[in-house]
Amino acid sequence: MPDTLLFAMEAAVNGLAAGVMYALVALGFVLIFKASGIFNFSQGVMALFAALTLVGLQTGQIPFSHLINAIFGTRLHHFGFTLPTVVAIIGTVAVMVAFAWLVERYIFRHLVNQEPIILFMATIGLAYFLEGLGDIMWGAEVKRMDVGIPQGMSETVDDLTFAWFGYGFFVDTLEIWAAVIAGLLVIGLVIFSQYTKQGRALRAVADDHQAALSVGISLRFIWVLVWSLAGIVALVAGIMWGAKSGVQFSLSLIALKALPVLILGGFTSIPGAIVGGLIIGVGEKLFDFFMQPIVGSATENWFAYMLALVFLLFRPQGLFGEKIIERV
Amino acid sequence: MRMTRMAAVVAATMVAAGPALADSLHFPMLNYRTGPFAPNGIAFADGYQDYLTLLNERDGGIGGVPIRFTECETAYNTERGVECYQSIRGDNPLIIQPLSTGITYQIIPRATQDGIPVHSMGYGRTSAVNGEVFNWVFNYPATYWDGASVIINHLLAENDGSLAGKKIALVYHNSAYGREPIPTLNRLSEELGFEFLALGVDSPGQEQRSQWLQIRRERPDYVLMWGWGVMNPTAIQEAANIRFPMNNFYGVWWSGSEQDVMPVGDGAHGYRSLAMHGTGTDYPIYADIQNYVIEPGLYAGTGDEVGTVLYSRGLYAAMLATEAARTAQEIHGTPNITAAMMRDGMASLEMTEERMAALGLPGFGPEFSVSCQNHGGSGAAMIQEWDANTGTWNLITDWIDSDREMIMEMVMEDSLAYAAENDIEPQCLERSGG
Repeated sequence: MPDTLLFAMEAAVNGLAAGVMYALVALGFVLIFKASGIFNFSQGVMALFAALTLVGLQTGQIPFSHLINAIFGTRLHHFGFTLPTVVAIIGTVAVMVAFAWLVERYIFRHLVNQEPIILFMATIGLAYFLEGLGDIMWGAEVKRMDVGIPQGMSETVDDLTFAWFGYGFFVDTLEIWAAVIAGLLVIGLVIFSQYTKQGRALRAVADDHQAALSVGISLRFIWVLVWSLAGIVALVAGIMWGAKSGVQFSLSLIALKALPVLILGGFTSIPGAIVGGLIIGVGEKLFDFFMQPIVGSATENWFAYMLALVFLLFRPQGLFGEKIIERV
Repeated sequence: MRMTRMAAVVAATMVAAGPALADSLHFPMLNYRTGPFAPNGIAFADGYQDYLTLLNERDGGIGGVPIRFTECETAYNTERGVECYQSIRGDNPLIIQPLSTGITYQIIPRATQDGIPVHSMGYGRTSAVNGEVFNWVFNYPATYWDGASVIINHLLAENDGSLAGKKIALVYHNSAYGREPIPTLNRLSEELGFEFLALGVDSPGQEQRSQWLQIRRERPDYVLMWGWGVMNPTAIQEAANIRFPMNNFYGVWWSGSEQDVMPVGDGAHGYRSLAMHGTGTDYPIYADIQNYVIEPGLYAGTGDEVGTVLYSRGLYAAMLATEAARTAQEIHGTPNITAAMMRDGMASLEMTEERMAALGLPGFGPEFSVSCQNHGGSGAAMIQEWDANTGTWNLITDWIDSDREMIMEMVMEDSLAYAAENDIEPQCLERSGG
């Protein structure tokens, strides 16, 4: 097999892996948009906040210690103990659920029936608030994310592809795990929405919230539920991206990677988020592979948004999105 | 009677206002303690502020005049940086340190017009070395072009004086900053016969798989990095993932802090970077910082950045700025200096080993002297290596000189082109009349 084809195949496989990472971020957007029609600008910051909280709990960091020290002149930093990863993850999920309740109680309860743009603006404010809160609560220094997921070149993939093609492909073990976790996450969400009472209520609200209200479904409960689910998805994305690049404030910018995925897959489709992520991932890697000698590197962001723009022209609702028909 | 009272009020106001202007030396700080690059900006800002606090507490300022420092938050955003400059320029700043190449490029024409000296230490526009064109801009002790040349000189030494047939890749932040070393490396590749491969990374740099797959395919002997923020640990992680030998991976001084290697853990062991100054707390000055700044609780930020690479860089930038102010006071025979006098101090700055030792920082930076023809210092830098076991950076070389002859040729070419574009007659600036 020619080397160029092998290298292109390796780039495509890595594109699929990168696409899964993008899809993890996009899933959180889809959940909230589908259930409430809100484009949640703060989803990237939620991933950052969840990752900061997880590392803080794992390492036994005292929340708000910098603030306490500044006010009282103390030198507090850590409790002096660490938490097992599982306990820290459970603790972080609890924090994200509490965050969802607070968001519903103090923001969206007061904005029911407002225009979508108002709700969107509220999430922008929420993003800045949450970023500042994360800074004050856990500090701005770069932190290491270690939840025990292996990282580095997969020996299995290397050996297998070498046996087949005479050239070992590079695939990051972390991204194989990300694909497995994303798959489990989607299966879990499907089971939840299809086979539980709360899940059916969530789907009812997503289909027609007026009708859902008329049969006694609490819109407030559904909003807390869906923001909690988005918080858990944000935690998973924060763990994966934090393990890749460290937990730092630029983690919130992963939201920018999700936007073209959403445009491509549709804002209301969970399978769309996955497929959109994979298309963007493979597309940008192959484009870079073939075009780099001609146009140079650093084309990934440009390509993703260009592809999204082309999709907007021909299929504005995305691959799996619902076509909006407004009758006058 | 009414006029007399009014005159008295005016006189009292003038008396009150006069000393307020003259009795302090204003060192503004364009910092970024927020945004995606905050982890880097905070450490630098803390080091800078702590040094100024030390001088105020221990020495009563510089030459007996207290230092006044103000902070303006740029979030490493060029537009906000320019707004900061506009808000500071009327407040008698002695010096502007933009802490961003993008902001520096925007501020150069404005500061030149306003007569406020700019110090872009190890960043900014490299050709500002030519002080005949850039009268008000200084970039000592070294520039990006020096940095590229120093790494190549180090590699030459490691390869018995020849890089012919070797392949060297550059992974760079796709911005004005990241592209700075490319002309130097292109020229050096022609002169020394090595193959050069430039790979840009989109900002902020969290996704670099394409670049590292290419590195895996092309198998360069060495990889250099001009990165910042999240791009650095991501690149080091990717290098570890493809098992690129860390001892052959070199970053510029902006890609060599604890923030860049700690998130990668053991995988970063052996990674190397340029160092334009020493690091750690094994310098006599830290005893004074402890006594006059830390113990009384006057430290900037949370006090937990002391001794880190970027804290040391902030400290070094403050030291160079205050030494220039001291030089200006000596030149003009007055402790109350203006921005124009400060420029004279910067243009005549001499950093000797004796002086650094007297300041409690022996061997901390290179020895250099500034002249009208050379605003860029000596251009020398050291190489440091990360030890993941001890969590420390260790200096593995002494000061390595850059190829200044070649760099000055490139500086002249670029600066004279700038002068022609901007209708500037290259000439040395006369000292301020006071």
